[in-house]
Amino acid sequence: MEQNKENMMVAALENGSVIDHIPTDKLFTVAQLLQLSECKEEVVIANNLRSNVMNKKGLIKISGKFFSESEISKLAVLCPNIRLTVIRDYEVAEKREITLPEELTNIVKCANPVCITNNEPMKTVFYRKDLQTLKCRYCGKEQNLKDIKLK
Amino acid sequence: MENRSIVSIADYGKEKIQYLLDMAAEFEAHPNRQLLKGKVVATLFFEPSTRTRLSFETAANRLGARVIGFTDPKVTSSSKGETLKDTIKMVSNYADVIVMRHKLEGAALYASEVTNIPIINAGDGSNLHPSQTMLDLYSIYKTQGTLENLNIYMVGDLKYGRTVHSLLMSMRKYNPTFHFIAPKELEMPEEYKLYCKQNNIKYIEQQDFTEDTIADADILYMTRVQRERFTDLMEYERVKDAYILRADMLSKAKENMKILHPLPRVNEIEYDVDDSKHAYYFEQAQNGLYAREALICDVLGITLEDVKKDTTIIK
Repeated sequence: MEQNKENMMVAALENGSVIDHIPTDKLFTVAQLLQLSECKEEVVIANNLRSNVMNKKGLIKISGKFFSESEISKLAVLCPNIRLTVIRDYEVAEKREITLPEELTNIVKCANPVCITNNEPMKTVFYRKDLQTLKCRYCGKEQNLKDIKLK
Repeated sequence: MENRSIVSIADYGKEKIQYLLDMAAEFEAHPNRQLLKGKVVATLFFEPSTRTRLSFETAANRLGARVIGFTDPKVTSSSKGETLKDTIKMVSNYADVIVMRHKLEGAALYASEVTNIPIINAGDGSNLHPSQTMLDLYSIYKTQGTLENLNIYMVGDLKYGRTVHSLLMSMRKYNPTFHFIAPKELEMPEEYKLYCKQNNIKYIEQQDFTEDTIADADILYMTRVQRERFTDLMEYERVKDAYILRADMLSKAKENMKILHPLPRVNEIEYDVDDSKHAYYFEQAQNGLYAREALICDVLGITLEDVKKDTTIIK
């Protein structure tokens, strides 16, 4: 029954995006990142939904919203392995698993206070070392994904 | 034109390192030339470092270049809030090469991205200092005749010592065996030990620093144990004298063993060591001149062949 309701919510979207498989503890951080409190369109935020893959999950559905690559990168840093579905005219136009990109330009803030990127008006660049670790192009310091701050 | 900047030499292969060592040897044979006549070298020291600046400026002057620059950021527009990018762009209009020192990590790499003229990194915070590494490699090569299969003992502050970290990485292809001799609080950081493991570099860690523990060394690389590095000052008091090299500790040293130190020293090498045939730290500093002459020429596109055929030598 729960599953049906969820399907109905998604199906009801004419144009927009659905972010699925959000870890339950990250849901509101994602909502904040997407500035949903400012959003004038129809928004559905759901949490603790049953999931076969991850036991419980969060889900966000936003009408009329299509994410830029930069927004997608930010989502990927915040919670890798979420699923993004793009709906156009009630149909699924695109479905993709979001993974951490190999290079992130101006997405992440370097945690090293004496890194040049924190002292000069410039873009940051980070490289993916592994799925948990990013490395700053400039100061070379490695940073764990769970401690990362977005720019 | 490709950017020939030298920000780091950690990725240089054996061939490139040998090339620069050979070039440095040419400059040692004939340091005074007019190879860079008509060129302008800018030395931008956003952070003071008299030793490194004098060495670079001497290198430029001995090659016939003219030098502009500043030694203290307080007198420049950076103190008025000018960005690094703007300063670099402005100086790029005047100079053929920029030698820069900065307290922020990654500053030299960023500078090399905003200008078309080559940048030589003369130290960016605790990050990189490639000209120091180059002169260390040249000193090792010159005294040992090779960089291969050496026993390199690093002593003192291995935690914050930028020079030992750079040297460690640049030696990775020469099958070294490292001995890390340091107090617990200043031992070699985990990331560099991991680097050794990943690159199959042999290393041994020890805390004892005695005549016997260093008997097998080819190179003894001393660094300063600084009081301000300790969180526990009782620990500092306990270890401060344990990593001082005295002349009487050298009786079992190998014939070819040389003592290096990036200088300045405070008390970690006693003055009676200076007279030992193993002492090499002052020559090491002199080698910095030749290594820096090679680096400046390399970024300006002057090849080893050009240096060998150079007709501007001043005898």
